Amino acid sequence: MATANREQIIELDVRTDELLVNMGPQHPSTHGVLRLVLKTDGEIVTHVEPHIGYLHRCAEKIGENLTPRQWIPYTDRMDYLAAMNMNLGWSLCVEKLLQYELPEKARHLRVIIAELGRIASHLVGMGAYGLDLGTFSPFLYAFREREKILNLFEEACGARLTNSYITPGGATADLPPGWLEKCEAFLDQFEPVIAEYHALLTTNAIFIQRTAGIGVMSAEMAIDYGCTGPVLRGSGVDHDLRRDGEERYTEMYDGYAFEVIVQKDGHYPRDHDYPPVPPEAVLGDCWHRFYVRMLEVVQAIDIIRQGIEFYRSAEGDWGHPIKLNTKLPKGEVYLETECPRGQMGFYLVSDGSAIPWRTRARSSCFCNLSVTEELCRGCLLADVPAIVGSLDIVMGEIDR
Amino acid sequence: MTEGPQFLETLKARFGDRIRGANLENIDPWVEVAPEAIVEVCRFLKTDPDARFDMLNCISGVDYFQPDPAKAKRASFEPHLEVVYHLSSTVTKHTLVLKVMLPRWKDDQEGVLPELDSVASVWRGAAWHEREVYDLMGVWFRNHPGLKRILLPEDWEGHPLRKDYELPLEYHGIRGR
Repeated sequence: MATANREQIIELDVRTDELLVNMGPQHPSTHGVLRLVLKTDGEIVTHVEPHIGYLHRCAEKIGENLTPRQWIPYTDRMDYLAAMNMNLGWSLCVEKLLQYELPEKARHLRVIIAELGRIASHLVGMGAYGLDLGTFSPFLYAFREREKILNLFEEACGARLTNSYITPGGATADLPPGWLEKCEAFLDQFEPVIAEYHALLTTNAIFIQRTAGIGVMSAEMAIDYGCTGPVLRGSGVDHDLRRDGEERYTEMYDGYAFEVIVQKDGHYPRDHDYPPVPPEAVLGDCWHRFYVRMLEVVQAIDIIRQGIEFYRSAEGDWGHPIKLNTKLPKGEVYLETECPRGQMGFYLVSDGSAIPWRTRARSSCFCNLSVTEELCRGCLLADVPAIVGSLDIVMGEIDR
Repeated sequence: MTEGPQFLETLKARFGDRIRGANLENIDPWVEVAPEAIVEVCRFLKTDPDARFDMLNCISGVDYFQPDPAKAKRASFEPHLEVVYHLSSTVTKHTLVLKVMLPRWKDDQEGVLPELDSVASVWRGAAWHEREVYDLMGVWFRNHPGLKRILLPEDWEGHPLRKDYELPLEYHGIRGR
């Protein structure tokens, strides 16, 4: 007992100098070129300052010099892990200004593609999160399946990463013959594989120790910072634009049965098939943010299956891209969509010519990252990658 | 899901002529707020039990200025800056657009940035958005917890999203134009 006391006294007596630790911009767990300047007191982080902008490519200024369809490739390069969803957000925004009514078939095509994009993006989020925490194999398992989605994208539009497929007016082409069957075959193969991910990460004792109870964000804080997507829902806020968004976006999901993945009364929707929440986990911690993404993957499979059925029976054609030099009506619109990483908003101001007066991209990761200053304060140095990784950021979208 | 005209009446009754105007015909209707009242209006919108705009989605700056003198004569606007606030509520799921009109330069002295009060005390997330607007559009936010450039390097000159911005000839030995 006496020795324990002496140790305690020594621990309190040892004064450590404040140390400035620079993490990044070329650090493996910063998800791109993010630089974090940490002030540490021993193992404890006392202050974090994120430095961003290393990937700034003036996308908004470029948008003022191009027609909306020409800007589509630039939206690809914002969130390059979910390019399809970025195309969709900008296309809907332009269509909102044009008051364009989309054919039924194009609507279902977009749902299928957008949800596939969500799976592809969450797979990277999951795999890379494993890398952040020091386990390599989940990354390989995730990329094995992601490759199959990219193959499907390649067949549909010719590109794997920067797709530029969804465009104002519909999509650049219809889905090729036989594509739906391949997509169904992929889903049938993919669904049982998810259990592997849960075995590798979700129920892994080390993973739980590294994530459960770490980086706890209250619902109030998440909302105040404008956090969206799985980061917001991981804190228990029931908000998903696919259900709560603007009519122009939610009508895309008309007729689809799905639930918002958020914990209610201690349970997630359909969590009975998946590992239970470990007792160490607290709502709003890294583990919950991760789990929300995992369940969203399952839900996306469900939505795609419904979409394929709708698409097969839909009348009419798949929509056609608007003319490259279509004159935009005078006015301004803002539209947010539920991208895999959160709510991606586009703001378009038009002065009546074919080229927008102002284009603005509201980045979801930008807001999600802004919490790090507060979230990492007081945590252990080793937990910083776990917290930043759980926000699942893409620097291309933050810096634009 | 934007608030209807009766909501505008509530705002007008409370803030009087500090609600400068509104455009309800636009696809996304907007309300114009006097620059000096923005913090007060935002705090009301966030805390009022009927409004509950607890989330600030975006702050954008828009520069209304036609650098081409030939086109400027035909331009349908007077040169000015707009700061646009997109709000939403996670409770009622409503959205709202607020606008503040500012001069392009403070007191018409070219190079002196126009000033506006920061709403970072209302929504903590506003701090980064305001840094971005300052960085790219050149609006100085008073009472900001740490206003500095965010996307561009700290020694960058000028605000690139201004319509009359010209790329520097060189930056640390890198050719610009």
